[in-house]
Amino acid sequence: MPSRLSLLRQKEPALKFTRRSAITVVVLLVLGYLFYHFFISKGITYTWHWNDIPKYLFYFGKRHPSEPVPSWHMGALMMGLTLTLKISVVSILFAIIIGLIVGIARLSEEPITKFITACYVELIRGTPLLVQIYIIYFFIGTMLRLSAFAAGAAALSIFEGAYVGEIVRAGIQSIHKGQMEAARSLGMSYAQAMRHIILPQALKRIIPPLAGQFISLIKDSSLVSVIALADLTFRAQQAVAQSLDAFEIYFTAAGLYLVMTFTLSMVTQYIERRMAVSD
Amino acid sequence: MIDAQHVYKTFITPDKRKVEALVDFTLHIDPGEVVVIIGPSGSGKSTFLRCINRLEEIDRGKITVDGQDLHAPKADINKIREEIGMVFQHFNLFPHKTVMENVTLAQEIVRKRKKSEAIEIAEALLKKVGILDKKDVYPSQLSGGQQQRVAIARSLAMQPKVMLFDEATSALDPEMIGEVLDVMKTLAREGMTMVVVTHEMGFAREVADRVIFMDSGKIVETGTPEHFFTNPEHERTKLFLSQIL
Ligand SMILES: Nc1ncnc2c1ncn2[C@@H]1O[C@H](COP(=O)(O)OP(=O)(O)OP(=O)(O)O)[C@@H](O)[C@H]1O
Ligand SMILES: [Mg+2]
Repeated sequence: MPSRLSLLRQKEPALKFTRRSAITVVVLLVLGYLFYHFFISKGITYTWHWNDIPKYLFYFGKRHPSEPVPSWHMGALMMGLTLTLKISVVSILFAIIIGLIVGIARLSEEPITKFITACYVELIRGTPLLVQIYIIYFFIGTMLRLSAFAAGAAALSIFEGAYVGEIVRAGIQSIHKGQMEAARSLGMSYAQAMRHIILPQALKRIIPPLAGQFISLIKDSSLVSVIALADLTFRAQQAVAQSLDAFEIYFTAAGLYLVMTFTLSMVTQYIERRMAVSD
Repeated sequence: MIDAQHVYKTFITPDKRKVEALVDFTLHIDPGEVVVIIGPSGSGKSTFLRCINRLEEIDRGKITVDGQDLHAPKADINKIREEIGMVFQHFNLFPHKTVMENVTLAQEIVRKRKKSEAIEIAEALLKKVGILDKKDVYPSQLSGGQQQRVAIARSLAMQPKVMLFDEATSALDPEMIGEVLDVMKTLAREGMTMVVVTHEMGFAREVADRVIFMDSGKIVETGTPEHFFTNPEHERTKLFLSQIL
């Protein structure tokens, strides 16, 4: 029979959640009112054109006059969203690969490997992503004839890879050294011990910071709009230039970013719960 | 089976002090022998065990296990380690693997056994250490004594020629020490070569062929368990025994 104390404890999180949510709602309402009041008092009036927004998502019609019959198509923002998703997924995959290599290499006993990877991390973390995108696109991209997409994805992967590397390193270091010793004393090689014993445990621990990093990546990907990659931000800018519905379009774009990041956040929480079985 | 000749091991502490953990350490252990090592904290007991499977590198000297020089240029340390089981004070089970997986993993990836064969061996060993009914749970769901028995099974599954125990019962609640010692005693009686660092003098009395008292990285005194219980020679030995008995 659970004690009264444990019953209380079980209830507590739910209670906290509702109370917190209530506070959040109140704060938002107050802020919203103040914001609105501020606009009115300044005599700023804005006519909302929310009706114009759906067509930036999906529309029914012809993309070219030459098309025989009209049909459903993605609007500009949806197309931007697709590109943002594509470049984010590609960059996340490469950032994981780079991060694993860098994270393990930074813990190497080999001084040169250690030095090179440390330099990489410091260099990337010490300079702005925007500058890195320009350098990779204009300099390296021109030399290697990279497409804008390849250059953008490379810049994002290299940038986030440095952060993922630090997360991986911290994750590996957080695993008690007895794990490595037990694995090695059973005759496993360093690589086998890493693969079967250390990394699975480390990865489980670093899921929350990794998720945070990938959420950053999705948001940082908006910077690739500077190299004329038609991502969500780029498409939003274009749409605003055409229609002048700045608020509606940017709010919608922000909403779409939020949908992506929130989904990622939910997925990682699900994975975390699934992986908690051995705790 | 194990032969250590003039082994020196010095640690440099983070604050740059030198600690001499092993000083001109020489010891020969025959096949099937059960050697219990006792000594005060910091006397180098763990260091010696860890040098036997090269978890620590020695500075000078020579260690051979089953005739293989650990530091020969062409020595494959992973191959040598397959023959040396090690049981740790804090078990060091793999928490993300079930009991069964803990015991089969190295068999499959190191000994290259088929899964079915590995499972068969694991089941026999888990039965031997009395924990077969827990084969599908994760280590965190086991008591300390149960975890340590799984750890012993995990080592035995590699069919090692030597087993090293570093204070295998020191982290256990008193009521669980017996169950682990029983497994170790069975092993000793079956003829396993064992090097056991422990404070359990009862264990030493029952199964040790030889007891070694270490202090400051050196062997101070060596003899049968009876010798230590009845007439230890050295003052330091007497003092130490009076503290732990
Ligand atoms: N990695 C290390 N770095 C620095 N000093 C170390 C290291 N490992 C051991 N030492 C030192 O070497 C000496 C011998 O240590 P060791 O662990 O072998 O002792 P022990 O006899 O096993 O003691 P205990 O009974 O406390 O386990 C101690 O002074 C210890 O502080
Ligand atoms: Mg010790």
